[in-house]
Amino acid sequence: MDTQPRQLSYSQAIHEAMAIALESDPNVFLMGEDIGVYGGAFQVTGDLVERFGADRVIDMPISELGGAGVAVGAALTGMKPIFEFQFSDFATLAMEQIVNQAAKMRYMLGGDVSVPLVMRFPAGSGTGAAAQHSQSLEAWLAHVPGLKVLQPATPHDAKGLLLAAVADPDPVMIFEHKLLYKMKGDVPEGYYTVPIGKARIAREGRDVTIVATSIMVHKSLEAAVALEAEGINVEVIDLRCIRPIDHATVIASVKKTHRLICVYEAVKAFGMGAEISAMIAESDAFDYLDAPIVRLGGSDSPIPYNPDLEKAAVPQVNDIITSARALVQGKR
Amino acid sequence: MAIEVILPKVDMDMSTGRISKWLVADGAEVKKGDPLFEIETDKAAMEVESPGSGKLGQISAKEGDEVPIGQVIAYIFATGETATDVVQSKPFAPFVEGTAIAASVALVETSMVSPSSDIRATPLARRLAKEKGIELLSVKGSGPQGRVLSADVEALVDKPVPPVNKVAVPIASDTPIENTSVLVPHDNMRKVIARRLTESKSTVPHFYMSADCRLDALLKLRADLNKAAPVKDGTPTYKLSINDMVIKAWALALRDVPAANVSWTDAAMLHHAHADIGVAVSIEGGLITPIIRSAETKSLSAISGEMKDLATRAKTRKLKSEEYNGGSSAISNLGMFGVKDFAAIINPPHATILAVGSGDQRPIVENGVVVAATVMTVTLSTDHRAVDGALGAEVLSAFKRYIENPIAMLV
Amino acid sequence: MPAASEHNKSAQDNTPFAIRNYTPEQLREVLHKMHLIRKFEEGAEDAYLRGFIHGTMHLSIGQEASALGICMPLTEADQITSTHRGHGHCIAKGAQVDRMFAEFFGKTSGYCKGRGGSMHIADVSKGNLGANGIVAGGIPIATGAALSAKMQKNGKVVVCFFGDGANNEGAFHESLNMAAIWKLPVVFVCENNGYGMSTSSARSTAVANIADRAAGYAMPGVVVDGNDFSAVAEASSQAVDRARRGEGPTLIESKTYRHRGHSKSDRNRYRTKEEIDDWKTNRDPISKFEAELMQFGVIDQAGIAAVITAVDAEIAAGIAFAQASEAPATTEVLSFVYSEQN
Repeated sequence: MDTQPRQLSYSQAIHEAMAIALESDPNVFLMGEDIGVYGGAFQVTGDLVERFGADRVIDMPISELGGAGVAVGAALTGMKPIFEFQFSDFATLAMEQIVNQAAKMRYMLGGDVSVPLVMRFPAGSGTGAAAQHSQSLEAWLAHVPGLKVLQPATPHDAKGLLLAAVADPDPVMIFEHKLLYKMKGDVPEGYYTVPIGKARIAREGRDVTIVATSIMVHKSLEAAVALEAEGINVEVIDLRCIRPIDHATVIASVKKTHRLICVYEAVKAFGMGAEISAMIAESDAFDYLDAPIVRLGGSDSPIPYNPDLEKAAVPQVNDIITSARALVQGKR
Repeated sequence: MAIEVILPKVDMDMSTGRISKWLVADGAEVKKGDPLFEIETDKAAMEVESPGSGKLGQISAKEGDEVPIGQVIAYIFATGETATDVVQSKPFAPFVEGTAIAASVALVETSMVSPSSDIRATPLARRLAKEKGIELLSVKGSGPQGRVLSADVEALVDKPVPPVNKVAVPIASDTPIENTSVLVPHDNMRKVIARRLTESKSTVPHFYMSADCRLDALLKLRADLNKAAPVKDGTPTYKLSINDMVIKAWALALRDVPAANVSWTDAAMLHHAHADIGVAVSIEGGLITPIIRSAETKSLSAISGEMKDLATRAKTRKLKSEEYNGGSSAISNLGMFGVKDFAAIINPPHATILAVGSGDQRPIVENGVVVAATVMTVTLSTDHRAVDGALGAEVLSAFKRYIENPIAMLV
Repeated sequence: MPAASEHNKSAQDNTPFAIRNYTPEQLREVLHKMHLIRKFEEGAEDAYLRGFIHGTMHLSIGQEASALGICMPLTEADQITSTHRGHGHCIAKGAQVDRMFAEFFGKTSGYCKGRGGSMHIADVSKGNLGANGIVAGGIPIATGAALSAKMQKNGKVVVCFFGDGANNEGAFHESLNMAAIWKLPVVFVCENNGYGMSTSSARSTAVANIADRAAGYAMPGVVVDGNDFSAVAEASSQAVDRARRGEGPTLIESKTYRHRGHSKSDRNRYRTKEEIDDWKTNRDPISKFEAELMQFGVIDQAGIAAVITAVDAEIAAGIAFAQASEAPATTEVLSFVYSEQN
């Protein structure tokens, strides 16, 4: 297999993963709103309808609840649907099928069935789409046993995690940050998977651990470069998957650096940061903490429309720099 | 066979029910579906219908009785049936409380409060302190609001601070408290002072000796030296105090009598290479002893400058932990308060402490004549395990020599 | 007595569909299953009242003909989705009562290994994809299963059972629309027992017949007497044949009645004793079916008594099996959450 790296955008990487899945397994099909000739609201499915036909790249009516349930039913009976939500916010319309059906079917039936369903959720703010098209709702789904919840941050992981999700026997929810779609990065050709539930150390460091998800991985890496100039050496962990969480990688890092910052775009309360902080407090890494744990998350507000307000509602690079500096200098 | 009338489960989370009313008398004929009795649950009263037709009998639960669900409370007898047709209810256990029984986990909470539990310290600092045997109370935190960080503990690790046992200092609960009295909670410094000095006085065998030192020569030299101080930007570059000269004299005495410049440890006597002199500085709420390191090698002006800086920073609690931890001996000077003489408590790991009283004009006999002289009384406390009487006397007389012949301090 | 050879070709116009189309053996088996469903539910109710069954349950006593009539034309490979009132569907699709009792008793030998209980009873090996605790929850799932059948070209038909309450859920509308536009092999069966919990269809639903709503999805809508096995089987046969031919979905409204309350906490305050008694006495599906079978000489009183005796023995054995079965270990609470945790 040729695994020569080449540059693809995040959306091209997802597109390629879906094409590979459609080619290699006749039971894989795509389903979503305007994913056919329109190419998807964010042009991720693109030309797949021309390559694989309207029977396998199915434009569905605007019926998120029914559509999600159709995907659950198809997955339950031998198919492997990849379901695209036009915006992750519309998951609210389909929560019944995701939470009560897809997640629990296997358990309720004592293991007699599985639901090999993949759902893709374009998420996040920064596009001026305001409160109903900009949310980061991954923690809602991460609260549900039976689901797996991924947040790839790079084109490489977007492809590898999607292919891993297609191969997974259980329902996998993938949150894709809309601002990442155009980001380019190395993407090997051909089939490969990235293991679900394994975090990536995006940058090694010794003074402070930043656990970040999705676009915040890149903001944290940018902050790390600025902090390096001040002599502060930051370790950045790209969590990649918030259910299941790679506890071991985070614990080992905190034991090394003695300081932890969690950075995520979703509303700070009850989010990834709360989970990671509590997990560290419960683990043996607690005795290695030399400073309070810091969470940087979205503000306690809907995502506003005004661009300055919109930025103020989610963590920015400077917020990360300021927090890390204060933490390492013992001022927090 | 007689039909059982049971107390039925009518609510999801119900384990017993109260019979509020029997609607049919014992012995009456009933038809299947006739209301037999009423149950009260926490939600409502409910009628229970007859499970069969026949004569109601053998009622075993009265109105007001609380009955477990599934229990037989009466029978319906067909014509010709008697009580002997009653068979026992099926012998299996109800589902209530679950067929799958989890072991209940008892949460045992220990109420032991460690003396350091109310100190602000990071988990890492606590762990390090525990590993290194360092009492957190003795560590000054450099973090926000005095939080002890790992660096604060690590700074102490290389210093010869012997491990100390925890000493609880409880407030007697029956201490009478006057109406006008107030309880001021101890801060860390107060706790450290209390603990360390209690420990010292109760575990170190103190031994005391005093000497009077004439100060006239020293006062004259001090005046001459201060007069000769170079002036820079309109102010003299140094202004020596008596205390500065006492520090130097004591440091030189320890240099001259190295056997007294020691610390007691259980395993061996620790001989210090230098005279690191702790000088007690009174600050608000207590005292602290910053250390002039290698004082025997430093000039008077250097000691004077360093002492001013340390004292200033001590009063604003800005000293770093390495500036007040360790040392080989100490000086406590209460002369400025008019104290003539006193005995000080040794501050471990030191083996000695010199208590300095005021310099007063006193009548002395010199060559058979009573003359006025400026005299200062000093009292040396020694740890008898490390410094015996003769050795103490030797170092004390060396000190007296330097004070009374201060020019020797300059060479 | 019509022999099997006359099957489908009766000379008499008024001979019921079932008598014309099914062998006496098949018809006696239907009667056996009718009694089995009823006695299973009565047995479950008794065990519940004695406290042997956890939680709650929703009994379909009075609706047996509907479950059996709808499942009559289905093959074992065909699939169904069921509802919270799903014991009858489960038995009609071929499940064993012993493993159903074991599930109700929370045992590992139950169909869901004690994880589902009454509300999630299923037998996937017989094509029952499961009862569902969410009203209308199974409708999109059945539609998806039908999409699978169409994409896999495996010839399967999916029957989607739901109640009158579900027809006012958004999932009903979304699913019937998709099934129609994609011509999916699915039969939507609304078992209208008159009440969504306490709210009557008249108070909750704007149209007189729920089947009228089929017009909105350009699919056939059929109203049938749900307590008449033969009528239900006839409507189901036509809908299943249409689905299998690739012509798309049908909405059948099977009008029936539940003798018991909505669930075990129902105090029956929304309907009269007279109404309940009328359905029990005059419109009971089992009595009706027995009368029909006797009229056409398929069975006699002694034959019916023999069926009941056999069913009683099956129920007693089922309860004994459930009681004797093992309860799951509490350490296995995480089993089956994910595939790798089995």
